[in-house]
Amino acid sequence: MKVTVKYFGMIAESAGRTEEVLEVASGTSAKDLKDLQVRKYEISDAESVQLAVNQNLDSKVELNEGDEVAFLPPFAGG
Amino acid sequence: MRYDRQIKLDEVGVSGQEKLRNASVLIVGVGGLGCPAAQYLVGAGIGRVGLIDHDRVSLSNLHRQLLFTEEDPGKSKAAVAKLRLQQINSEVEIDVFEEPLSIDNAENLFQLYDIILDGTDNFETKYLINDACILTEKPWVYASIYKNEGQLSVFNYQEGPSYRCLFPKTTRQNISCEATGVLGVTPGILGTMQAAEVLKMILGAGNVLSGKLKLINILSGQDQLLAISKRVEEIEKIKNEGIIPVRIECKISDETKFYLDIREIFEQPRINSGKVLQIPLSEIEDRLEEIPKQEDVLVFCQSGKRSKKVVDLLKTQFEFNNLINVEGGVETIIDE
Repeated sequence: MKVTVKYFGMIAESAGRTEEVLEVASGTSAKDLKDLQVRKYEISDAESVQLAVNQNLDSKVELNEGDEVAFLPPFAGG
Repeated sequence: MRYDRQIKLDEVGVSGQEKLRNASVLIVGVGGLGCPAAQYLVGAGIGRVGLIDHDRVSLSNLHRQLLFTEEDPGKSKAAVAKLRLQQINSEVEIDVFEEPLSIDNAENLFQLYDIILDGTDNFETKYLINDACILTEKPWVYASIYKNEGQLSVFNYQEGPSYRCLFPKTTRQNISCEATGVLGVTPGILGTMQAAEVLKMILGAGNVLSGKLKLINILSGQDQLLAISKRVEEIEKIKNEGIIPVRIECKISDETKFYLDIREIFEQPRINSGKVLQIPLSEIEDRLEEIPKQEDVLVFCQSGKRSKKVVDLLKTQFEFNNLINVEGGVETIIDE
């Protein structure tokens, strides 16, 4: 199944893109996807990164076809 | 009369203007976010505005902190801001605190105001604001910037989520606007939106951004609104244990080597071990005599870019041949 992944802040720089469509196995959870992408793009401080699935900041869910997953790092500039 | 154009709105009216006059707001940090927020809140006729900032104006602030002028570098931000804000609206009472927000003063200060506005640029102070707001039962308006992106939310409003519900774990990657660069308009837009959230809360108008995180991208023009779930345990922990300080400090991995940290003092993580001389880039040419010439000195900053410039400058102009740039920046020399 296909999911759309959006990257924010410095994660977009690690990934070299702000958005991509990925093919993932059915049964993949948001956390599984996070682990995959953290390894693929060498995202640092992964524990601090929050995921939003379909605009909800709760990553304890199984993904479905067409879901949108946002990778959100904390940042503090001002 | 001065407030006529906003009193005309149904959301304000004469009674709304009275609410604004009876309200008080504390602005923590009078920088890129705090300046525009203060200008609009004072313009709108908030009764009392507090400004807390220990920092001084520098020339590189002027492109985005438009309360300050070319006459101000070196002067206290909070004091200068008060002068300018009083010229905008002399009816507003303005309190000035020329000190850092700390675990010792946060709760007492917050008690004096209805709403707290976060104009800070580091995680330690954002968690401090969060915890002190939980303990004093005050809502706060959060904003953060990374390059051309911004985050905006209202925390601790009417039993809503807190900053710890959004980010229970922090990161050591505190990258300031000074380090990454930022267009002046980005904090201008975010700070102005923070002021709008303050006005909405006081007036009881519209939908306050509580339980929601607004993401703004100045370049793409694409904004997002995400729902934040409340983590009751994060809030209860603060109510039970009090403020939990977030210290972003690290140990250096090789304590035998001599290091020169040229980052500004607010840049994190701070290094608290080993032989590390700390001279911010802005002071380096005045403090050359402190840098040893007899042993190897590893120079580092956040990314390796500024430290490379320093190594080149000191070598070509001041005959330092013992300096080595740490190419990957601070993250490559600290213990994980």
